[in-house]
Amino acid sequence: MKRVIYLDNAATTRTRPEVAEAMMPYFTEYYGNPSSIYDFSNPCKEAIAHARETIAKSIGAKTSEIYFTAGGTESDNWAIKAAAEAYQDKGKHIITSKIEHHAVLHTCEYLEKRGFEVTYLDVDEFGTVKLDELKKAIRPDTILISVMFANNEIGTIQPIREIGEIAKEHGILFHTDAVQAYAHVPIDVNEYHIDMMSASGHKLNGPKGIGFLYIRTGVKIRSFVHGGAQERKRRGGTENVPGIVGLGKAAELAMQDMEERAAKEKELRDYLIGRVLKEIPYARLNGHPTNRLSNNANFAFQFIEGESMLIMLDMEGVCGSSGSACTSGSLDPSHVLLAIGLPHEIAHGSLRLTMSEENTKEEMDFVVERLKAIVERLRSMSPLYEDFVKKNSRH
Amino acid sequence: MYTEKVMDHFEHPRNVGEIENPSGMGTVGNAKCGDIMRIYLDIDENQIIRDVKFKTFGCGAAVATSSMATTMVKGKSVQEAMEVTNKAVMEALDGLPPVKVHCSLLAEEAIHAALWDYAQKNGVEINGLQKPKTDISEGEEDEEY
Repeated sequence: MKRVIYLDNAATTRTRPEVAEAMMPYFTEYYGNPSSIYDFSNPCKEAIAHARETIAKSIGAKTSEIYFTAGGTESDNWAIKAAAEAYQDKGKHIITSKIEHHAVLHTCEYLEKRGFEVTYLDVDEFGTVKLDELKKAIRPDTILISVMFANNEIGTIQPIREIGEIAKEHGILFHTDAVQAYAHVPIDVNEYHIDMMSASGHKLNGPKGIGFLYIRTGVKIRSFVHGGAQERKRRGGTENVPGIVGLGKAAELAMQDMEERAAKEKELRDYLIGRVLKEIPYARLNGHPTNRLSNNANFAFQFIEGESMLIMLDMEGVCGSSGSACTSGSLDPSHVLLAIGLPHEIAHGSLRLTMSEENTKEEMDFVVERLKAIVERLRSMSPLYEDFVKKNSRH
Repeated sequence: MYTEKVMDHFEHPRNVGEIENPSGMGTVGNAKCGDIMRIYLDIDENQIIRDVKFKTFGCGAAVATSSMATTMVKGKSVQEAMEVTNKAVMEALDGLPPVKVHCSLLAEEAIHAALWDYAQKNGVEINGLQKPKTDISEGEEDEEY
């Protein structure tokens, strides 16, 4: 098998072997339904309680405030739709940002079609939500503010504490999509005044198909998935026991070595960014230079297109992603890159590389060398570069 | 996601480059999607395409369709080149994913734009050739959800 350099950890991560191991008995040995009353199901009930406790502790919450879901997208949908429904008597106005994940944006658009009004906050050139705009956007009928903890494309970390304080001052619910941030940066829901928070297992070396929604006690949102009495009657359906066990184990391990891991990732990230910006002309870093996720590097290379870059990197065994239209299945480049003010043709040339602690400096060197050749080759084929060179040689 | 032929033409694109003082040159683009193609033609006195070069800013499919299109018009008469449709290019590549069909339209349009430039400069009439659109888009709309 050819060597793979996996640099797409914002898309998903490798499940830690310890996590997979912890899950195994819950497929083949302890397969009982946690809702059943016999003893045989007790290990399942206990395992769920243990995972819930681990997760609650990791964000300073109570166990009764953690609800398991099928992942980040479901958590976002639940938080926003159910809060809209529960608080619509108070008002029908929601505030979010232009750089949210589609799980939030499309949910907000869905609500707009059903009579809600949504304000999409602008961000600055680094992708940080503007707090003065947030304050100005607040109205008497605002019922929810939803701003992501850290952006999935450009890695910028938002001023969550300040947003939480503003929300609290005005008595507005505050939801944050922390899918990229949970177990990567320290989060305390009380310190940050977070009322609801979405997270997903597979972004922290846990399994796919499992996540959770934190709902602060007193927030009156109801069930989103109707059915049995699971999850305090708020989320029906037999629990994904192996998934929950895996999420708990992944969270436990990720919280233990968070600082160490982040330091290692950051070193790789800054090394990669440094070399790319120094050695590849007409390249820029997208997102905040320092206040960003420790594993996120996002570049834009002028005159070339992202998908071509990704295919060529793939031929070298390098896994990355791009905000180019051609990689998203739509015709527009990433809404995040447009929101930070990049023109279309530059947004099409973006490349996101998200590392893990398992990557090495030697791999970063390999990627930079390959990338230099790829960018040069694609530019030699680019009519935009041809025009640029001709224009410059005339002056 | 791509066929072997698409990957072959992406990895080893044929006829990349420029032609100095071309008989005809055309650049077309889809501003929204971000694909831009430029075709250079060298056409002899018998209206045979002696040489063709291309440059493309775009995805894998955009590069491959430009490359394939150039191989299909090289050595042909200008009238024969008109028969190189986007469908013909797609078939020659063993197909494209549905979202990439517009790339083949762009390749057809780029050839037509270069032929148009040649026809204008030389007062030549080419059957079926119309003034090219510079911006190709199919008016795709997102589905309601």
